[in-house]
Amino acid sequence: MAGTGLLLVLFLFAHMAGNLKIFVGADAFDHYAHWLRDIGTPLLPHTWYLWIQRGGLTVAVVGHIAAAVILARRARLARPVRYAHRPKVQGSYAARTMRWGGVIILLFVIFHILDLTTGTVNPVGDAQHPYANVVADFAPSRWYVTLFYTLAIVSVGFHLRHGIFSALRTLGQQTPRGERRARAIALVLSLVLVVGYLSVPFAVTIGAIK
Amino acid sequence: MNLKLRVWRQTDPSSRGRMVTYLVEDISPDASFLEMLDVLNERLILAGDEPIAFDHDCREGICGMCGMMINGVAHGPSRATTTCQLHMRHFKDGETIDVEPWRAAAFPVVKDLVVDRGAFDSIIQAGGYISAPTGAAPDAHATPVPKVDADAAFEAATCIGCGACVAACPNGSAMLFTAAKVGHLGLLPQGQPERDTRVVGMLEAHDEAGFGGCTNAGECTTVCPKGIPLTLIGRLNSDYRKAVTKRG
Repeated sequence: MAGTGLLLVLFLFAHMAGNLKIFVGADAFDHYAHWLRDIGTPLLPHTWYLWIQRGGLTVAVVGHIAAAVILARRARLARPVRYAHRPKVQGSYAARTMRWGGVIILLFVIFHILDLTTGTVNPVGDAQHPYANVVADFAPSRWYVTLFYTLAIVSVGFHLRHGIFSALRTLGQQTPRGERRARAIALVLSLVLVVGYLSVPFAVTIGAIK
Repeated sequence: MNLKLRVWRQTDPSSRGRMVTYLVEDISPDASFLEMLDVLNERLILAGDEPIAFDHDCREGICGMCGMMINGVAHGPSRATTTCQLHMRHFKDGETIDVEPWRAAAFPVVKDLVVDRGAFDSIIQAGGYISAPTGAAPDAHATPVPKVDADAAFEAATCIGCGACVAACPNGSAMLFTAAKVGHLGLLPQGQPERDTRVVGMLEAHDEAGFGGCTNAGECTTVCPKGIPLTLIGRLNSDYRKAVTKRG
C-alpha cells in the first residue's frame, strides 16, 4: 500500500508540473507533450520511455488496488456482526473515506485516459494538439466534465491527506514530533496537488486560457 | 436519573442476540456505569429475570476486564476512561443509551456483553515475553536503562489489554495492542534478544486470530483508556521490516 502509493504520488507531482506548462502557452504545452514521447531517445525508440512508465504505473495501480481489496476483505471478515449503534468514527474524515475515495479516483482515471490520452470522449481528440483538447474539454458548456474533474481531484486530496501520513507510518515513522510533521507534510502536499490540478480546468472555464 | 437502556442480550455463543430495552429509574449521577448495571441487574433478579452478563473485576480502571460499546464508542464518551470509571453524570437525564459487546470475529460473544478475548492471549504467547534467568531479583542498577526509553516502555506497558482498540477499529484490527506489547518489551535491554522473533511471531498470531489489517485510521488511540499512542504502530512496522530483512 505504502510503496505503490508513494510511487503514484511521485507521478502525480510530475504530471502536475507538466499540466502547469499550459500557463506558459499553447506551443510550450504541445512541445512538452511531444517531448514526453521522445524521452530517452536516441537510446530508446520513440514513445518507448512513455510505455515503460505506463507499464510501471499500471503495476503500481494494480498492486495498490489489490492491497486495498485484501485489507477491505479482511476488515469485513474481522467484524461479521455490525454495531447497531455506530456514530461517525472519531478519526479523520480523510481516513474514513479512503476506500470510496479510491473508487472515485479509479473511475476518474479511466475517464481521464479516454478523454485526454486516447481522445475517445474528447470533443477535439487531436493527439497532435493537446492544448486544444484541454481547452475544448473544460469549456463552460461542458461544466459536468469540470465538475467530475473537481470531484476527483478533491478526492485525491483527501486520499493523500491520510494516505501520505499512513504510508510514512507504515515505513516506520514513530516519534510524536515526526507524526506532527508527517501529518503536516501530507496536508501541504495534498493542498499543493489540489490547487495545482484544479487551476487548469478553472482557468479554462473562466476564459483565462483560450 | 432516569435512563432508557438498550442492551445486547445473547444467551450463549451460538444463539442469535438482540437489543432489549430497559427503563432504569432513580440512578445516582455519581454511580459508575457498572454500578448502574448492578442496580438494573438487582431489579432484574428480583423480577425473576436473567441478569445482564458483563465482565468486570478491579473497578479501578487498571485490570482491563470491563469494556463495552456505549452509544457506539468503546468505554463510552469520556476519553482515557474505562467503563468502570465512567460515571453517570456524563449522561443526560432521560437519555437513551445503547450498550453492545465488542464486535470482532476474534472476540466471540460468550453471553450478553461478555466476549472471549483469548485471541489476545494467543498474540502474547507468540512473543509477548522475555526469556529471563530465574533466581534472586537482579540489582536495580545491574542493567541501566536510559530515562527516555524507560518512560516510553512504561507508556506502552500501561496497556491493560481491554480490547477497546479492536472494538473501535473500522478494520477490526488489534494492531495497537500488538504494537504496545512489542514496543514495551522492545524498548528495554531485556527485550532485545527476542526482538526480531517477537514482532514476527506476534504479527503472525495477530493475523491468524482473524483480526483485520491496520490502516492507521487512529480510532484505537482515541478510545484507548490508557492513551496508548499511535506512534507505537510505526515502531512495530519498523521493527517488523528490520526483522524480515535480517531473516532474508
